[in-house]
Amino acid sequence: MTKEFKRLDGRKYNELRKMTAKVGIIPNADGSALFAFGNTIAIAAVYGPRKLHPQHMQDPSTGVLRCNYDLLSFSVEDRKKPGPSRRSQEISKVTGWSLEPVIDLEAFPNTVIDVQIYILQADAGTRTAGINAASMALAHAGIPMKDLVCSVAVGKLDKDFVVDLTKEEEDFEDGEGATDFAMAKLANSDEFSLLQMDGKISPERIKELLNLVSESSKEIYEVQKKALKEAITHE
Amino acid sequence: MKKEIEQAHEALEYDPNASVKRKAVVPGEIIVEGEDYLPGEGTKRQGENVISTRLGLAEEAGRVVRVIPIFGAFIPRKNNVVIGRIIDITFNGWLVDIDSASNSFLPIDEVPHFINKNEMDQFLDIGDIIAAKIWSIKSKGIDLALKGKGLGRLEGGFIFRIIPSRVPRVIGREGSMINLIKEKTGCNITVGQNGWIWISGTSVENEIKARRAIEFVSEKVHVNGLTEKVEEWFQENEK
Repeated sequence: MTKEFKRLDGRKYNELRKMTAKVGIIPNADGSALFAFGNTIAIAAVYGPRKLHPQHMQDPSTGVLRCNYDLLSFSVEDRKKPGPSRRSQEISKVTGWSLEPVIDLEAFPNTVIDVQIYILQADAGTRTAGINAASMALAHAGIPMKDLVCSVAVGKLDKDFVVDLTKEEEDFEDGEGATDFAMAKLANSDEFSLLQMDGKISPERIKELLNLVSESSKEIYEVQKKALKEAITHE
Repeated sequence: MKKEIEQAHEALEYDPNASVKRKAVVPGEIIVEGEDYLPGEGTKRQGENVISTRLGLAEEAGRVVRVIPIFGAFIPRKNNVVIGRIIDITFNGWLVDIDSASNSFLPIDEVPHFINKNEMDQFLDIGDIIAAKIWSIKSKGIDLALKGKGLGRLEGGFIFRIIPSRVPRVIGREGSMINLIKEKTGCNITVGQNGWIWISGTSVENEIKARRAIEFVSEKVHVNGLTEKVEEWFQENEK
């Protein structure tokens, strides 16, 4: 299989869109960050650890991580009706699950860490941009973590894997059909905390795909690290 | 090993003048490699290496490595002096808001003198500001006490907030920084570990000057020789 092709926007098969990362964008929050993959822009704000209400959700053995993901009305071409939807609730949940493994929640019993993720502009890959932003915002909030989480989606253009799809590529139905595989990986280990796929991929090729993500997540990690360190030195 | 870490922590009380080399680290980053080092606060051992668990500045003191946090909410510890606001009066004590995740309670028995249970609001009323010490931390909440020097109701002056992780540098080694600011402005200052700071002085100008000096200190995160910088700052702002 040849990898010598260019995509619609001139990228190579394993090239990510231009990433932008910034920490400390929301002064009122305990931690906040912005992360963008090209035209997809996500912001995340972290509050806490703070007291959990309603009280019956409190857990004396561990803290609770509560994620909320949503698209803002103007982030997509047809106005998105504000408020939670089936889609946003699902993504909120999987975002929480992908972040939980790195956070030391047991250090904060009876409390909650609130993570709010909003998409300012959507061009595919919003959940991955959201996870990247949330991971940085959690670090910025001073929460003990064992690692950062890097997330990226891999898709298929016919038989070829490409990383970080745009909306146009995501909707490409020809050949084997549209496939979008969102993944999150812990930066300094080989553990994955999110694997979520729409479409179809043969099981033999999963390994190839994971390697692709491992390489891309290194690039993402460098961007996250740089932004977090800038937040310290520019204070 | 645990004892060694504790001793190193005591020796490592934040010293703004120390010329220890600090480097910025992110969670999960390897700070030092090898079995020779011991993981201190904000770090942990992973395999042979010591990794950071928080965003902050890593420093080495002998064999112990630790990370000084720079951002984040207040995490209460025993014996912390905090400043709080009375939010409720119960039959045997007061509920206090100290800006932490759990409830904090000041029992009537932990007040150093006798108080008539029917007239508790004469001593501390809702909305009053107090400086108190954290006596114990249990799963149901935090217990405060007023037994100690400088603790009790704070009258006059004003309070403001800084990021709680920056409190150690505002205080300095054995209070060097805060004493300098007190001396230069002639104000009474109480710094709570929860980032609330109370200032009361002879004139509003002095109070505002003290506040600006403290904000200056808390913004200068990665500067060595901070006490000198603050002295310079006072000279520049002399009127």
